[in-house]
Amino acid sequence: MMKFTIDITIGLKEGMLDPEARAIRHALSNLGFPTDNLSTARVFQITLDAPDSDAARDRAEEMCARLLANPVIHRYTVEVRS
Amino acid sequence: MRFAVVQFGGSNCDRDVCHVLRDICGISTDLVWYKERLTQPYDAIVIPGGFSYGDYLRAGAIAARTPIMSDILAHANDGRLVLGICNGAQIGAECGLIPGIFTVNAYPKFICEWTYLRVENTTSPFTTAYRRGEVIRIPVAHKEGRYVAPPETLEKLERKNRIAFRFCDPYGVCTPESNPNGSARNITGLLSEQDNVLVMMPHPERAAEAVLGSDDGKKVFDSMIGSIEAGRVPSAEQVRT
Repeated sequence: MMKFTIDITIGLKEGMLDPEARAIRHALSNLGFPTDNLSTARVFQITLDAPDSDAARDRAEEMCARLLANPVIHRYTVEVRS
Repeated sequence: MRFAVVQFGGSNCDRDVCHVLRDICGISTDLVWYKERLTQPYDAIVIPGGFSYGDYLRAGAIAARTPIMSDILAHANDGRLVLGICNGAQIGAECGLIPGIFTVNAYPKFICEWTYLRVENTTSPFTTAYRRGEVIRIPVAHKEGRYVAPPETLEKLERKNRIAFRFCDPYGVCTPESNPNGSARNITGLLSEQDNVLVMMPHPERAAEAVLGSDDGKKVFDSMIGSIEAGRVPSAEQVRT
C-alpha cells in the first residue's frame, strides 16, 4: 500500500446557471477587471492508502459518483499525486 | 392509520408537521430519530424541512445517504406514501426517489415568502382534494430550491402528469416573475413514477390553519389520508399481513 494525495475538482456542467460566478464576475468588472467568463469549482483534497495510482483514482471516482458530485449538474476531474 | 415524521440532525419543521398531522388532521404520528431506523410499518412517511447536516456539500446530500434511507426506499418500493417537504424534497432528489435536483436559487439568497402554486395533478394520492388548475397559497423558505433536470426528464414528467405544483401568479399564470427561485418550467412539486412519492419545496404544514394565513396546504395531508382510507395505496396493515 502507498499513500496518495488526490485532488478532486467539482464544477458545474457547461451551460448550468452559476449564480455565484455571475455575482463574482460582476463584482470583478466593477473593480476594473472585465472578464469573458468565470466559473467556480470546489476542490476536495483527499489522502488515502491504495496499492497503486490507478486504484487510488478508482476510489476517488467512486467517491464522486456516490456522494461528492451530483451527475445532474456536476462534472469533475480527479488528479492523483503521489 | 399511523404516520412517521423522520428527524435528522438539523430538521426544524418536524414538530410543525407532527402538529398538523396530530392536532389538525387527528392522525397518530411518530417522530422517528434517524438513528432509530423505522422499526415498524407506517402508512406514510414525511421527511420534513430543515437543514440536515447544515446543508453541507449540497442540501440533503448527506442525509440522503444515511442508513434510514434504505428503510424509506423499501417503504416507497411497497407503494406506500412518502412526502418530502423542502429539505425533505432535496433529500428525496438526492437519494433518487424522484429525478433531478434542487439546487441554489437563481438569485442565490435565502427566500422566505408566500408563493402561489397552480395545482397540475389532481389524481395522485397527494392531490385528490384539489381542483385541477386551482391556485393555492403556500410559503417557501429555502436557498437551494431551484429545480433542475435534463430536458428529456422534464418532458417525461410533463407527459406522465408527474408535475404536481408549479409556481404561478395569483391568477394561475406561470411567469418568470412568479418563479421565485428560477425552477425549470416553474416546477416545485413532483411525483415519483408510481405517484406514491411527492416532493415539494413549499411548506404545506405552514399553510394548514386559516389563522396562520392559509389552509391551502392542508389538502395535501387530507388527500394522503383519504387515499389511504379509500385503499387506493397500500396500508401498513397490508404490509404486516
